[in-house]
Amino acid sequence: MLVAALVLVLTACSSTGGKRAEEERERAGGRAAVDTPRWTFAMVTHSGDGDTYWDIVQSGAEQAAVKDNVEFLYSHDDEAGRQAQLVQTAIDQKVDGLIVTLAKPEAMEAAVRKAVEAGIPVVTINSGQDHSTEFGALAHIGQDEAVAGEVVGRELEARGHSKALCVLHEQGNVGHEERCAGVREGFGGEVENLYVDGTNMPGVESSIEARIQSDPDVDTVVTLGAPFAPTAAKAVRQAGGDAEVNTFDLNAQVARGLKDGTIGFAVDQQPYLQGYEAVDLLWLHLYNGNMLGGGQPVLTGPQLVTQDDAADLEKYTDRGTR
Amino acid sequence: MSVTPAALSRNTTVRGPVTRRLLTRPELGAVVGALAVFVFFAVAAESFLRASSLGTVLYASSTIGIMAVPVALLMIGGEFDLSAGVMVTSSALASSMFSYQMTANVWVGVAVSLLVTLAIGFFNGWMLTRTRLPSFIITLGTFLMLTGLNLGLTKLISETVSTKAIGDMEGFPAARAVFASHLTVGDVRLQITIVWWLVLIAVATWILLRTRAGNWIHAVGGNPDAARAVGVPVDRVRIGLYMGVALGAWISGQHLLFNYDVVQSGEGVGNELIYIAAAVIGGCLLTGGHGSAAGAAVGALIFGMTSKGIVYAQWNPDWFKFFLGAMLLLATLLNAWIRKRAEAPS
Repeated sequence: MLVAALVLVLTACSSTGGKRAEEERERAGGRAAVDTPRWTFAMVTHSGDGDTYWDIVQSGAEQAAVKDNVEFLYSHDDEAGRQAQLVQTAIDQKVDGLIVTLAKPEAMEAAVRKAVEAGIPVVTINSGQDHSTEFGALAHIGQDEAVAGEVVGRELEARGHSKALCVLHEQGNVGHEERCAGVREGFGGEVENLYVDGTNMPGVESSIEARIQSDPDVDTVVTLGAPFAPTAAKAVRQAGGDAEVNTFDLNAQVARGLKDGTIGFAVDQQPYLQGYEAVDLLWLHLYNGNMLGGGQPVLTGPQLVTQDDAADLEKYTDRGTR
Repeated sequence: MSVTPAALSRNTTVRGPVTRRLLTRPELGAVVGALAVFVFFAVAAESFLRASSLGTVLYASSTIGIMAVPVALLMIGGEFDLSAGVMVTSSALASSMFSYQMTANVWVGVAVSLLVTLAIGFFNGWMLTRTRLPSFIITLGTFLMLTGLNLGLTKLISETVSTKAIGDMEGFPAARAVFASHLTVGDVRLQITIVWWLVLIAVATWILLRTRAGNWIHAVGGNPDAARAVGVPVDRVRIGLYMGVALGAWISGQHLLFNYDVVQSGEGVGNELIYIAAAVIGGCLLTGGHGSAAGAAVGALIFGMTSKGIVYAQWNPDWFKFFLGAMLLLATLLNAWIRKRAEAPS
């Protein structure tokens, strides 16, 4: 059997796609551009295992770390208590800078204050804009979820839709509720929420399909994460509907969807920027006493991308930086 | 449940009046439950009864059912498998990454994935028979290791946490036709997973009721020592059952891959409990020796109807898990009650 498989491997190469095609494409890379001391920065996020979004944040941070001659440490836990413990380990390691997310601010407060007391400059990213300065962080870099939702709502309005389905893939995620509420705010039409189980893709597909079948008035579906947009487009097609699918966030599949028209638009909160700017901000602060945004939240989104941007986006999403 | 050589020679069907024989069928509770859920949503949601909805509900049921059927066989054999959920993801990842990294025809990846997945199943069964540790511990270990491997290896090889798209590679359209296409029967759109599911139910039922292996499975689950004493190859049966679960995981995994083109490495965690719950609702005993493939299929159908019925009825899904949990308890209690009635001397 193994031999048979081996023979197959040797003879049955794909002439389309695959790693070899990928290798011919350009890669992002770089080397240190400064000779400041080798500082150590730690980033602790509330990402779950294997989350594509946080992978891009990490990739941005690593790129900035290479350029700024910074040793970059990354850890994550989607459970707030354990995320706080990870912050504690960063403090124990006496890092020179700390980047955290405040998805569950109450649980993180003590740990963040402790870091500040220990003299470690803290930057918050992505979530927790309202609590950032209160806990003593230098700055917040991220996207205001409500604002992003409103941008989507207004775009839906401009595209002449009347009833939207907002697909939430994590029940109980406050940011997701804010996004859908924002959509409702900016949109003149009706918005209904649909909760799906994000870890079960066939379940997501059949739920969206079921909703479209039971409610043919829905003329647009909004997903809150990039991996769910192509699935939503598929579900709409299968339900025989013609609702337009739009999404928050970006990945290679969404870029392709924008290009071929199966996805209308995407709002990108530019996760790469969240990682990159956080590291760069800390470096600028340590090296030059600068403060990006002058202490005000620095917004990385929402940037609206459509078919016009698709060609460039495909290049960036394929290498995992957009 | 004690097993005598006489019981081994034929299945555990109770001889007697038709009603009594019906009552001892393991799937009876599930069928009653499924009918109740069906009537309930037929009344509560007008779009539930449409032909197109039927296709959707069956699809949702089949994605659970493909795993619930081999998991039920394993449970009849007295063991269970906590690694079944992530094994599906492992199977999809193996297939996708092998094809992509080797720039090979996707069918090569599909074949390699079959070997890898069966090897995981073999590992579970072999560890079980060698160490005699409870299957809970062994498959919990496999579950954790696979979860880590899925993330770690994917990141190491693909440099991101999801696989690269393989939709433009050779063989993809054919593989998609086998694992993720659909048939249209009248107005109803039936996903190919439903066919896979039906085939698995048929094969599993045949094995359980018509073959010597079926008797062995019941015997091993009922009383392994007695089974061994009458010459049943207990270890081989157990390893085979774990490899059966792996086969189901391979089919599900290939469906995931060819349906969505890209696989997220963190998926699948938690699904193992849904497969087990579907098998238990379908009348499988956690202690082994009793249950049926058809019952597990009905259990999966209950899951499919409930999860989509709530959407058709446009209810708040916050209650979904509660609803399922209550159903699991009710079905189990009903099964226990029926069995007690059936076994009582009349």
